[in-house]
Amino acid sequence: MRRRISAPMWLVAALLYVFMYAPIAVVVVYSFNAAKHGGPWAGFTTEWYARLLDDELKKQAALNTFILAGVSTAVATVIGTMLGYGLSRYWFPGKRLFSWLMYIPVVIPDIVMAVAMLMFFGLVREWIGLFELGMTTMIIAHITFQIPFVAIVVRARLIGLDPSLEEAAHDLGANSWQTFWQVTFPQMVPGILAGAMLAFTLSLDDFVVSFFTTGPGATTLPILIYASVKRGVTPDINALSALIVAASVVGTLGVTLLQRQPHKIGG
Amino acid sequence: MQVRYGERLTPWGEVWRSALTSGPGIAWVTIFLLLPLVAIFVISFLSVGEDKPADLPFTLENYTRFFGFGYFGFDPLYPVIIGRSLVLGAGTAALCVVAALPLAFFIAALPGRYKNLALTLVIIPFWTNLLIRTYAWQILLAPHSLLANAAAAWGLVPAGHALYPSMMAVYLGMVCDYLPFLVLPLYSSVEKLDWSLAEAAADLGANRVQVFRHAILPQITPGLVAGIILVFIPATGQFVIPDLLGGGKVDMVGNLISRQFGVSRDWPFGSAVAIWAMAIVMVGLWLYARQARKSGESIV
Repeated sequence: MRRRISAPMWLVAALLYVFMYAPIAVVVVYSFNAAKHGGPWAGFTTEWYARLLDDELKKQAALNTFILAGVSTAVATVIGTMLGYGLSRYWFPGKRLFSWLMYIPVVIPDIVMAVAMLMFFGLVREWIGLFELGMTTMIIAHITFQIPFVAIVVRARLIGLDPSLEEAAHDLGANSWQTFWQVTFPQMVPGILAGAMLAFTLSLDDFVVSFFTTGPGATTLPILIYASVKRGVTPDINALSALIVAASVVGTLGVTLLQRQPHKIGG
Repeated sequence: MQVRYGERLTPWGEVWRSALTSGPGIAWVTIFLLLPLVAIFVISFLSVGEDKPADLPFTLENYTRFFGFGYFGFDPLYPVIIGRSLVLGAGTAALCVVAALPLAFFIAALPGRYKNLALTLVIIPFWTNLLIRTYAWQILLAPHSLLANAAAAWGLVPAGHALYPSMMAVYLGMVCDYLPFLVLPLYSSVEKLDWSLAEAAADLGANRVQVFRHAILPQITPGLVAGIILVFIPATGQFVIPDLLGGGKVDMVGNLISRQFGVSRDWPFGSAVAIWAMAIVMVGLWLYARQARKSGESIV
C-alpha cells in the first residue's frame, strides 16, 4: 500500500540528506579551493591534486593503503569464503559457539580489537621474535576483522540458495568436487564479490586498528590524514580525501549493483 | 550416515570437510582475535611488572581503580570518563533515532525506483571514511563558514568565532557519522510494516500518538533496537570524533584505553578498561538477542 508523503516530510528528509552529504561535499569542493589555509572560497584550482603527485610521503601512504587493502582482501576473501561455505554446509562440534564468536569483530569497539592485537603481537615478539610491527602485522590485523564479514555475506548467500540443484547434480552422478565447482560455486560468486568489496572498503576505512598495529615506515592514508588534521586541515589533505571519497562511492555503487543482480540460477 | 545437499557423508566425513573448509578461518580468527581477547582478560588481573609490561601477582586492583578506588582513596576520574562515554553513546543513539525515524518512513513511502536511489544515498556515507567525514566538520564549523556566520548573526557566538571545539560539534559529527547505521536496519522494519493495523487502530478511534505507540512502534521495534545497538556500541568506544571536534581535552573510554597501551604503558589497567567496554557490548547484544527472540525475527 502506498503512503502519501506530506510536504513537511519532504523538507525533513531533504534536510537530513543535506546534513549527511554536507561534510562529503565540503571536502570535495575545498579540494578545488585556491585558498592556502582553508578559509573562504578563493577561486578554482587543481594545484592540490598536482602537488599530491610530487609528495613522496603521501604517494607512499597511498601505495601502502592499497597494498594493505588489496593483500588483506585477497587473503580474507579466500579464507572467509571457505569459512562461509563450511558453516553453511557442514556440522562440527562447537559450531554454534563459533558462529556466535565470529560476530565479535563485527560488534566490538575497534579500539578493543586494536589493543588486543597490539598486545598479542607484542607478547609473541618477546617470545619468538616474530611480528615486528609494520606492514605485515597491519595486514594480519585487517585479515582478522575481514574474514568474519566475508564469511557472513557468503553464508547468507548460500543459505538463500535452492538445495535441489546440488542434490540433482549428485543424483546425476557428479562427484562432490564437480558439484562444487560446476553448480555451487557459480551461484556463490555474487556473494563472494560482495564480501570482497565489503572487506576492501572496511580496510580502506579503517583507522584505529591500523594505527595500533603499524610500525615505523608503514603509514596509511587514514593515519596520515589523522596526523595532518591534528595540525590543522590543509588543502592537499582535502584533495587526498576527495580521491578516497571517490573510491568509496565507486565501491558502494559496485556492491549495490552486485546485490541487485537477479539470480541467474536457483534462488 | 546422512545426506547434506545430495551428498552422503559419515559424521567423521562431515567433520573432516568442516576442517578443510572452515578450519583455516576458525584457526585465523581464534589465533589473532579470540586468543588475544583471552590474553587481555588474563592481563587485566595482573600487575605492572618491573621490566615487563605485565607480571604476577594476580590482583583485582585494575578493576577497583577503574571504579574510582585508587592509591589515594576514592577519585571519580575514571567513573566520570565511563559515564561520559556512555552518555555520548546514548545521546548519539537517541539523536539518531529522532533523525532516522522520519527518514526511514520517507524512504519506505517512495515509489520503487526512487526508493533504491534514496537507499543508496544513505549507504554511500555509510561506506565513506569516517575520519574524512569528521574532519570535514572542522571546515563546516570554521570561523566565517556559513554556519558560523549564521550563528553569529543570531547572536549565539561572537562574529568570526569557530563553532568547534565544542560538545555541539562532537554531537553533530557523531550523529552525521552514525545516522546511516540506524536508518538502514530501521528501514528494513518499516518496509515490512503492516499498515492495516494502523488503519484499524485509527478506525477504532485511536489518535495519532496512540496509533504510533500501539500499532506502529511494536512492529518496528526489531529494526529500532538493531539500529540503536549498531550506533551505541561504536559511539561509546569512539574517541577520534571527540578528539577532532571536542578539542581532545575531554577523555573518553577510547582515549583511556589507547593511552594505557601507548604513553602510560599500563597494560593491566588498559586491559581492565577494554574488558569493561567488551562487557557493555555483550550486555547490549544479549538484550538485542532477547528482543529478537521475543519478536521472532532477526535483523542483522
